[in-house]
Amino acid sequence: MTDPVTDLVLLLLTGFAVWTGWRVFRVDSMVRASFSLMLSFIAVGAIGLLLSAPYIGIATVFMMAVEMMVMAIFMVMFMMNPAGLNPMMMVHQHGVSIAAGLAAFLGLGAAILLSAPPSDPVPPQAPVVAQLGHELLGPSMLIFETAGVTLLATMVGAVILSSRQGRHGAADEGSRPPGLTAGGAPAGRTPGEEGGPGHHHHHGGHG
Amino acid sequence: MTLTIVLLGAAALIGLGLYGALSQQSFVMLMMGLELMLNGALLATIGFWSRAIGGMPEGQLLAIIVMAVMAVEMAIGFALIVAVYRKRQADMTESLGTLKH
Repeated sequence: MTDPVTDLVLLLLTGFAVWTGWRVFRVDSMVRASFSLMLSFIAVGAIGLLLSAPYIGIATVFMMAVEMMVMAIFMVMFMMNPAGLNPMMMVHQHGVSIAAGLAAFLGLGAAILLSAPPSDPVPPQAPVVAQLGHELLGPSMLIFETAGVTLLATMVGAVILSSRQGRHGAADEGSRPPGLTAGGAPAGRTPGEEGGPGHHHHHGGHG
Repeated sequence: MTLTIVLLGAAALIGLGLYGALSQQSFVMLMMGLELMLNGALLATIGFWSRAIGGMPEGQLLAIIVMAVMAVEMAIGFALIVAVYRKRQADMTESLGTLKH
């Protein structure tokens, strides 16, 4: 199982996953960052295929391809610079963040290199997908079903949170854009001063 | 050797994700950092399952749970971004200061 070719391909894929993960925070456009993250996930899925986990690998690729497309749409919605024509570097507490990331990597890396994990690989002919199916619908069914109910609750929560109709009237009632400087006058539009679609039923909301 | 490579890659992904989640000002980029950390967790889970526990099915189950957590994080995260945008017309963490003193 552990022939040098597999190890080499694994090394390349792992390096690619880490490199594309690094590119996520270095490209000038959020859409490119989103696709970079997708490449990182696809590399992890390919590693799953290589490490005899075909179901997990393929599921990762499928799920992340769709998820990153959705993410790219949100990028275009919320980003002032989706095309990446200008340099983009929007960070705060940069030094602390670099230190925290490095500390996490070095700590985990030291734990990996200093400990001796057991070597007990998957048997080459093991029916891993069938085993997963029997596990999901057998001993671990409660966990599986709990995950399903959690996803249902997530759907309900996502719809409620993002609904235009808030709990106490329209969700954007009294919404004020942030100032361009700290404590400055609100920038951009305030609801009510222009009659756009969706603002026809609550004129006179105080700001 | 195989497991060490995979786990070191997972550690690097988790470190990068932590950096992104702490440093990015835009909510969407911040969530990419969280996703990257979960990506590292998924990679480590696959590596351990494949090389260290002899293919116990519970390892694959854990990987599926990590993927479900990713889906939950993404859906609720974007819903919160939309809610914050409706209320404050803001997509940056600096615009939210109401919990400060």
